[in-house]
Amino acid sequence: MSYRCRHGMKYVGIPNEIPLKAPAMNFVASTTDGTQCGLPKHLKGLEAQSIEIMREVVAEFRRPVMLYSIGKDSSVMLHLALKAFHPAKLPFPLLHVDTTWKFHEMIAFRDETARRLGIELLVYINQDGLGRGISPITSGSTIHTQVMKTEALKQALDLYGFDAAFGGARRDEEKSRAKERIFSFRSRGHVWDPRNQRPELWNLYNTRVGPGETVRVFPLSNWTELDVWHYIHLESIPVVPLYFAKHRPVVGRGASWIMVDDERLTLNADEQPESRQVRFRTLGCYPLTGAIDSSATTLEDIISEMRSTRLSERQGRLIDSDESASMERKKREGYF
Amino acid sequence: MDSREFPVEAQSKDLLRFLTCGSVDDGKSTLIGRLLHDSKLIFEDQLSSLAAESKRHGTTGDDIDLALLTDGLEAEREQGITIDVAHRFFSTPRRSFIVADTPGHEQYTRNMATGASTADLAILLIDARKGVLPQTRRHSLICSLLGIRHVVLAVNKIDLISYQSDIFVRIVDEYRTFAGELGFSSIAPIPISARHGDNVTKVSDNTPWFRGPSLLDYIETIDVSSDTIESPFRFPVQWVNRPHLDFRGYAGTVASGTINAGDPIAVANSGRLSRVKELLTAEGAQTSAQAGDAITITLADELDIARGDLLISPDSPPEVSDQFAAHVIWMSDQQLMPGRSYLARIGTRTTPVTVTGIKYKIDVNTREHLAARTLGLNDIAFCNLSTDTPVAFDPYGQNRKTGSFVVIDRLTNHTLGAGMIAFGLRRATNVHWQATLIGRSERAAQKHQKPAIIWFTGLSGAGKSTIANIVERRLHAGGHHTMMLDGDNLRHGLSRDLGFTEADRVENIRRAGEAAKLLVDAGLIVLCSFISPYRAERDMVRRLVSDGEFMEVFVDTPLDECARRDPKGLYAKAKAGKIKNFTGFDAPYEPPTTPEIHLQTIGQQPEELADQIVKKLAALGIVFI
Ligand SMILES: Nc1nc2c(ncn2[C@@H]2O[C@H](COP(=O)(O)OP(=O)(O)OP(=O)(O)O)[C@@H](O)[C@H]2O)c(=O)[nH]1
Ligand SMILES: [Mg+2]
Repeated sequence: MSYRCRHGMKYVGIPNEIPLKAPAMNFVASTTDGTQCGLPKHLKGLEAQSIEIMREVVAEFRRPVMLYSIGKDSSVMLHLALKAFHPAKLPFPLLHVDTTWKFHEMIAFRDETARRLGIELLVYINQDGLGRGISPITSGSTIHTQVMKTEALKQALDLYGFDAAFGGARRDEEKSRAKERIFSFRSRGHVWDPRNQRPELWNLYNTRVGPGETVRVFPLSNWTELDVWHYIHLESIPVVPLYFAKHRPVVGRGASWIMVDDERLTLNADEQPESRQVRFRTLGCYPLTGAIDSSATTLEDIISEMRSTRLSERQGRLIDSDESASMERKKREGYF
Repeated sequence: MDSREFPVEAQSKDLLRFLTCGSVDDGKSTLIGRLLHDSKLIFEDQLSSLAAESKRHGTTGDDIDLALLTDGLEAEREQGITIDVAHRFFSTPRRSFIVADTPGHEQYTRNMATGASTADLAILLIDARKGVLPQTRRHSLICSLLGIRHVVLAVNKIDLISYQSDIFVRIVDEYRTFAGELGFSSIAPIPISARHGDNVTKVSDNTPWFRGPSLLDYIETIDVSSDTIESPFRFPVQWVNRPHLDFRGYAGTVASGTINAGDPIAVANSGRLSRVKELLTAEGAQTSAQAGDAITITLADELDIARGDLLISPDSPPEVSDQFAAHVIWMSDQQLMPGRSYLARIGTRTTPVTVTGIKYKIDVNTREHLAARTLGLNDIAFCNLSTDTPVAFDPYGQNRKTGSFVVIDRLTNHTLGAGMIAFGLRRATNVHWQATLIGRSERAAQKHQKPAIIWFTGLSGAGKSTIANIVERRLHAGGHHTMMLDGDNLRHGLSRDLGFTEADRVENIRRAGEAAKLLVDAGLIVLCSFISPYRAERDMVRRLVSDGEFMEVFVDTPLDECARRDPKGLYAKAKAGKIKNFTGFDAPYEPPTTPEIHLQTIGQQPEELADQIVKKLAALGIVFI
């Protein structure tokens, strides 16, 4: 088995005595001097740090889980995890907290990813919330997020008894995230106390928790949005097609384009879906995540669009703009 | 261009990690905001929400308050101060940066240390109107201890002193005198106004006496490279990868140095040798790996290696010792007690640790060495420490990764402190264990009993000694070999030099515990009655002996009742203020959470209570009566 390297002159194989138990992946090959080709120093450093964090969790916690939200950050996080434990299989399951309002293409991508990589995927839906008819359209984004994401996540973590949960959040996403530790301690009830976080010096993470206490762990803490796209590009990591520009049926609401993903999106009398070339910078629940006008159909296009954009990533997220402190508040209650 | 190729600038750009620090309100957060803003790194939507928030929370009148860009917590915006460190990322065509904006407030020094531990450069801010303050000195000292070698002395709010050079010069002189012995290899003074932008990204016309470079220019070009790649090879084993019987790999991140496939390698603690078979990553076998690389190592030989071991190059081994001297920064309201057992996390190893002595505490202002028996929040001291198992380390000055540790509380799991190892204490190799030919089990067998510690804890006057005496009499009558250690008696001899402060109480219990352990080794059933107010010390004694050999008896008599009985007249004296640190009055008592035996004494006779204990001991197979 061998990979072709773009810059190196030679084929480098994985030695035969190590049976490749891990699923076949698109890992970048090596040059003859042992350095990875294609990965700049900066990304290589970020990759190593993320791998270190993941190994730390697996070594120290009883029952870890990786929260998989299907977006680009989750794709990168999963790719890093497969690298971290190679040649072993992924030593923890993925958990998707499904609000039932994800784009259809996201669900298809999720199931295909789990199948292709042979990974254990847990899907959790807050059935109680569903039964109560909670939806982003009738209940509003705040209640919907609270019940179908935050409560659902806490229920799922309790149900399986997970004591550490990986999340793909980055510190550059939002200002309360910039304040969070890599190993973020949660007391019973999954509560975050931002005023009283454990000191976190060097790479000496305090992994000790008492009964009922847990941690959220953020291996991508120090990555930026641009780092994530560069890495996806260089490592050829599959992502949901919604990130690429395409003509899609949308209606304009506020400053965003909302995609008409299925008949559940109730249109106002004056709304007529139009076809526009749009893409998504972040993916969430479909009526809450706006698309942007874009002609970026390749990863190169996305990266150059990102370099020139004057708007932040969360601009399309309706759920964050309610009030500036909302992310922190949600996180204190146990939101990711 | 090949679609998979990277722009050349991004390939070679290196990363600088820095922090802003200094006293409260000196303008650290504003400076970071200014840097991001003037480098055009703030998105439009962020800018418009910043403007809205500045109206609500700002401290700058009608202007936007740039500090709100990093002060991201609700409490921070409401109070206008930084509480916890914020990490921001930005890059310019010349360099990428990770910046930690840390709080100036003394109360949150631990969060400053968090930001400083991974930084290579510190921007130390000084308010030009205030000059060098205690917190400026404290942060300088912490930066120095944490191994930061480059400092930018940003004399801020220069606009508020009408851009006068003489004040700037005076502050710089004062700081240089103070920092003389801190071992910084560069100190670059720059007069700035974070609020208005002078000398932040461009040299300002308002300070014609300052030739530059601007702050941004300076941090884009300064060389802070250290030589972790040249240092000896160190690899803390993080996780053993064993997917099936034919593969055993040691996963971890190279802490320092370089390793090649085929190189000889040793396990630091055992000294066992082998050779690197493969350096594996998901991309396949590599020919070499260096500091910072996350890899999996396979060895030519089967050695017993686990998480916590340190793989090294045999030519330049680290020190291995269970005693070392280190600088400790204490970060908890809970005092550091010499003699108390904590956990230390060193590399990937976690091991019990005690501070055996505080050599001195450092006065942050004068750097004088002060005597200290305990350490409080934000104290910095030089200490001797002792671990339960030998650990492998390098002096922190030589290796930040293998010379650092954190101290964790065994009960609450809080991170209490951080340490930087200075040197090993050779005593470990000199104090040998004398191997004994007759073991504890032989001694106990001869007495036909199981040795144990029966530990009575409770308030003064709760009835500990009375009950313990009755129990001992019964055991003795039943043919058991016993010994009694009583708090009051111990204080006339073994602990004669100790008082009643928290530190002394900890030491008293340590001595009692060690004495009890020796008696258990002799095969005896040892009855101990000590107030022993702290859970941590009772648990420490518990850990001195084997599982099942420690019985905690909680003699639970409420404070009022003890005070009413007052057999020694001590409560009366405490009430009159004649005794200090009296448990229950001005010193705490931490009741056991899961004692083996819980005696509620009210309405019970001592004989009945002693009966309960004897029955329980019989049920546990310790005595046969
Ligand atoms: N005039 C003037 N005011 C400044 C300057 N820099 C900061 N300030 C003001 O000083 C106050 C404190 O600024 P911050 O940036 O919050 O200070 P800080 O050092 O981050 O404070 P802590 O993080 O809480 O220790 C704010 O009102 C700023 O607007 C300056 O250069 N000139
Ligand atoms: Mg601040």
